[in-house]
Amino acid sequence: MTRVQVLDARGVARALERMAAELIEHVGDETLLYLVGVQTRGVPLARRLARLVAAKTGHEPPVGALDIALYRDDVGPWRPAHQQPVLRDTELPVGVDEKVVCLVDDVLYTGRTVRAALDTLMDYGRPRSIRLAVLVDRGHRELPIAADFVGRAVPTSRSEDVQVHLQECDGEEGVWIAKEVAG
Amino acid sequence: MSVKPAARLRRKDLVGIDPLSPDEIQLILDTADQMRDIAARPIKKVPALRGKTVVNLFMEASTRTRFSFEVAEKRLSADSLSFSAAASSVSKGETLVDTALNLEAMQPDFIVIRHFHAGAPHQLARILKSSVINAGDGAHEHPTQALLDALTMRLHRGTLEGQVVAIVGDLQHSRVVRSNVLLLSRMGATVRVAAPPSLIPLEMEKLGCEVHRRIEDAIAGADVVMMLRIQLERQGRMNFPTVREYYDFFALTPERLKLAKRDCLVMHPGPMNRGVEIDSRVADGPQSVILEQVTNGVAVRMAVLYLLAGGHGEPTAD
Repeated sequence: MTRVQVLDARGVARALERMAAELIEHVGDETLLYLVGVQTRGVPLARRLARLVAAKTGHEPPVGALDIALYRDDVGPWRPAHQQPVLRDTELPVGVDEKVVCLVDDVLYTGRTVRAALDTLMDYGRPRSIRLAVLVDRGHRELPIAADFVGRAVPTSRSEDVQVHLQECDGEEGVWIAKEVAG
Repeated sequence: MSVKPAARLRRKDLVGIDPLSPDEIQLILDTADQMRDIAARPIKKVPALRGKTVVNLFMEASTRTRFSFEVAEKRLSADSLSFSAAASSVSKGETLVDTALNLEAMQPDFIVIRHFHAGAPHQLARILKSSVINAGDGAHEHPTQALLDALTMRLHRGTLEGQVVAIVGDLQHSRVVRSNVLLLSRMGATVRVAAPPSLIPLEMEKLGCEVHRRIEDAIAGADVVMMLRIQLERQGRMNFPTVREYYDFFALTPERLKLAKRDCLVMHPGPMNRGVEIDSRVADGPQSVILEQVTNGVAVRMAVLYLLAGGHGEPTAD
């Protein structure tokens, strides 16, 4: 296994800083903003973005957590034998109606997680709009989904693994591309 | 959660608590805990079992368990069919195996079975490709009841380990007590049971519990008291002189409840015989969690259906 670092802790911080600025500019009225992290690493990223928005505007947007396991498309007749994903908390402290909800995730890959997150969110209400912020866009979309705010676009091959590690869950900070070495 | 459980239940069926490891029990309880939240959502339904078909095969009367399974199935978007023995070909003499094979020929994914004979779910599990869930077999096991009892205790106490649980009533005819003793002792709780000698089955202590003949000895200092229904319909002859005498010696009354811990939980799997095994002042009192048990039953059944839907083959990557 070889591991190449594409973002270090400072790189992650700078990327989030820029994303927060773009988010504020895009939303216009930051009091409408609602940051919703996709479990698990999207949640700490959403919290960090909320703090950055607060630092720039004086208004800290609410932060929610979304677990998409019950909405995944790999559970069902398409994949008859598999391991069911472990369920995690879904916590939406305020309603999503009329909010500009920004979904936050660590990596955008096939787009299937985002599809599941959109369906999950729709069952909670009717947001004014939904946007997508990701720390890393690694390409290889299987659905017509694109991110509105991207920390770093990283071209990858499907055989590679993108690892986002955050202090909050992993005790180290950075983004790596890992590759299984043959032989 | 103290221990990180194995994130898998690689089984086709849930026929009892007996085959489950502590990790598997914990995974089911953790999953059920998350499922509880779905009832609080604006849309109380998730698509996890979309396209799956569940047959509820109830060969014996049931209100709570059957409704609970049906609600669980609907909340997960499964299609469910309920079958009751009276309105079926069972009354024309068809055997259980033939009934089940015919139902399976219609390609269901799950068969939930309640049967008056112990072992009926195990027999079906062996011959059917569908997942079989035991919703109570004779006086043998009722695994989802024990799981919902455990979830209710864990929500109030934080853990099952070290808890002292007293189970009092008709031990002879109860499948609830068997599943509960197996589950609780496996999860580190101490289980005491009490009943009149005529309602204690032989070798009860081999299940892993203390056996008492006086309710007072069982509930002294207990964290949880679970009362079992006197199953008058299952008794060929009365095992005690009168219902009134049973109340006098074995009912949970406000006075007896004072022997347990001050915040002791009062549980009952239902249906209750008020004034027989439990006094209404206790059943409706502040320590009673009897209706919470019913609410948690839906979440536990959702968890079991969801986890078994994962199948039993090799796990696949994200």
